[in-house]
Amino acid sequence: MADEPKEQQPSGVPAGDKPAASSAPTSTPPAKAPAAAPPAAAPPKPAAPPPPKPPVQLQTPLNNELVGRVRAKFATALLEAIEDRKQAILTVECGRLAEVAQYLRDEERFDLLSDLTALDWPKREKRFDVVLNLYSLAKNERLRVKARAGDGDEVPSVAGVWPTANWLEREAFDMFGILFAGHPNLARILLPDDWQGYPLRKDYDIIEQDTSWVKENLGLESGQ
Amino acid sequence: MTGMAGNTITGTGEKQQTLLGADELILNMGPQHPSTHGVLRVKLKLDGERVIASECMIGYLHRGVEKIAEHRSYQQFAPYVDRMDYVAAVSNGLGYCEAIEKLLMVEAPPRARVIRTILTELQRIASHLLWLGTHALDIGALTPLFYCFREREEILKIFEKYCGARLTTHAFRIGGLQYEAYDTLEKDVERFCQAFEPRIKDYEDLLTQNRIWLGRTKGVGILKAADAIALGATGPVLRASGVKWDIRKAMPYAAYDQYKFEIPVGTTGDTYDRYMVRMEEMRQSRLICLQAIENIPTGPIMARVGKVLKPPPGEVYHSIEAPKGELGYYVISDGTVQPYRVRIRPPSFVNLQSFDHMVKGHLVADVVAIIGTLDIVLGEVDR
Repeated sequence: MADEPKEQQPSGVPAGDKPAASSAPTSTPPAKAPAAAPPAAAPPKPAAPPPPKPPVQLQTPLNNELVGRVRAKFATALLEAIEDRKQAILTVECGRLAEVAQYLRDEERFDLLSDLTALDWPKREKRFDVVLNLYSLAKNERLRVKARAGDGDEVPSVAGVWPTANWLEREAFDMFGILFAGHPNLARILLPDDWQGYPLRKDYDIIEQDTSWVKENLGLESGQ
Repeated sequence: MTGMAGNTITGTGEKQQTLLGADELILNMGPQHPSTHGVLRVKLKLDGERVIASECMIGYLHRGVEKIAEHRSYQQFAPYVDRMDYVAAVSNGLGYCEAIEKLLMVEAPPRARVIRTILTELQRIASHLLWLGTHALDIGALTPLFYCFREREEILKIFEKYCGARLTTHAFRIGGLQYEAYDTLEKDVERFCQAFEPRIKDYEDLLTQNRIWLGRTKGVGILKAADAIALGATGPVLRASGVKWDIRKAMPYAAYDQYKFEIPVGTTGDTYDRYMVRMEEMRQSRLICLQAIENIPTGPIMARVGKVLKPPPGEVYHSIEAPKGELGYYVISDGTVQPYRVRIRPPSFVNLQSFDHMVKGHLVADVVAIIGTLDIVLGEVDR
C-alpha cells in the first residue's frame, strides 16, 4: 500500500497541473510532426528526477511474529505486510476484513479501535482504502489494517467487533460513500441527509461546489 | 457488546421511527441549548422523566477541516487545527506538529520539547478548568465557574505573553517553536502553580463532599471498563472506568518521559469518578509544570527544516493525550508540498458515542450531567 504515493506521483495527483506541465514541452518543438514521438517520450525523464528519490527505503516489508501468525491463519487473504516509519501496516482482502478484525481483537488482543477512516486513490482500480488504526492495551502496540475497495463495493462492517466503528464507519460513508455491509445504521452523520456527493473524494471539487451553490441560491457568479 | 452496536432508536429517517407507546414522548434538545456546550442536538425518547433511548445529531459545526488540509501546505494548515478543540488549541497544535515531524523524520530540539510540554500541560489545566466550571454550572453549582475562570485567566495570560494569542494560539511550529520563551515564563508558571494548589482545594471544598453534588453525580452515567474500551472511549472517560492508560506514559512524546507523574484512575466509571480523575489530573499537570521549569535545556528551539516542506512519500499515525482523550493525526504524504490526506481522530467525537449507552435509564436532568461529564467540544466533534 505504501507504494501508493510513488505510483501516484508520476501519474499526477492534482489532475490539473502535472499533465499540463508534461504536455507543454512536447508542444514546444514545432513543425517536426513525425519526430514528435521521441521528445514525447523524453519529458517524463526530466519530470521524474525532481521529486528527490528517497535515499532510504521508507516502506520495508514487515515479517515479525504477528505477521507470521496472521499469514498462517489467513494465508492469501493477507495481501501485504509492510512497515512505514516503524509503523506496521497490514493489507488484507476486503471481503475478509471483519474476519481478520475479529481475530485481531480476540487472539492478538487489539482491543481498542483507535480510528477508522478511508483514503481515496482515484487512479487505482480499487480506489478506496479502508484504514483501521488498532491499539492493544495489553501489548502497548499499534497496528494499521487496510482493505482495498472499489467504488460501490461493500466492505464488511467491523461495528460488530468494535462498537466504536459505528460512528466512524458512518463518517467514512458520509465523506467517501463507502458502503459497509452489516452496519446497523449506515446514514450520513456530519452532513445533512440530503447532501449531494462525498466531499473527501479527490474528484469532489470545492470551487465547483461554491460556484454552483452561489449560482443556485444567490443567482450570480461567485467570482472564485 | 452486541446490543450496543446500534444506537438507532429514533432513527435517522422517519422510516425507522417506531410507534410510540402511550407514555412515551420524543424530546428534542438543542442545538441551541445552553447545556449542550455548543451545537449538539440530542433526540431523547422518554417514558415519563426517564430516558429510554437517545440519538445525537451532530455536524452543525462541520467545516470540512480534513478537506481544507488537502488544499493547504503543511505549515498553512497548522492554524486550522487550533479551531477544532478551541479550548485546548495548544494540545491540537502539538499533535499536528509532532505528526508532521514524524512524517519528515525530524525531531524538535530538547528545549522546544520542554517548552511545548509546559504549555501543553497548562492547556490541560485550562481545559479541565473550563470543563469543571461549566459542568458544575449545568448541575446547579454556580460558584465554581467564577473561581475556575479566574485561574484559567492566569493561564491564558501566560499564553498571551508567550505568543500573543489566548485561545487559538498556534503556539508551535513544525520542527519546534517560532518564539523563544519570554524572560519571566518560568517565574509566571511557578507563580501560577504555587497559587493553584490551594485553589484546587477550594473547588474540592465546594463540591467533593457536597450532598447535592454527590446526589447528582454518584451512580450517574456509569461506563464499565469493558464497555469503555469497546466504545473506544479514551482520556479521563476511559481512566475513570479503571483502565490505566495514558499516552503520555504508554508512548511518551514531547518531554513527558523526563517527568514523574501519576495516572489517576477511577473505579466505577460514574460521573463522580470522572470528576475525581480530572481533579487529580490537574494536580499532576501542575507537578509536571513545576518539574519542567526546574530545568529548561538551553539550545536551539527549531530543528533544521526547510521553508518548503516536502515530506517523503508515506504515511504516519501519531496521537497524543489531549485533555479530552486520544487525539490522533493520520497524515499521508505524496511527496508534494500539500498533504495528500490528513485524518484527524477526534477524542470528543468518539467519546460522544458512549453517550447513548450512558444515558439510558436516567432522568432528563441527568442528560445534562452526562453531556457535561463527557467534556466534548463541538468544534472537534464536527470538525
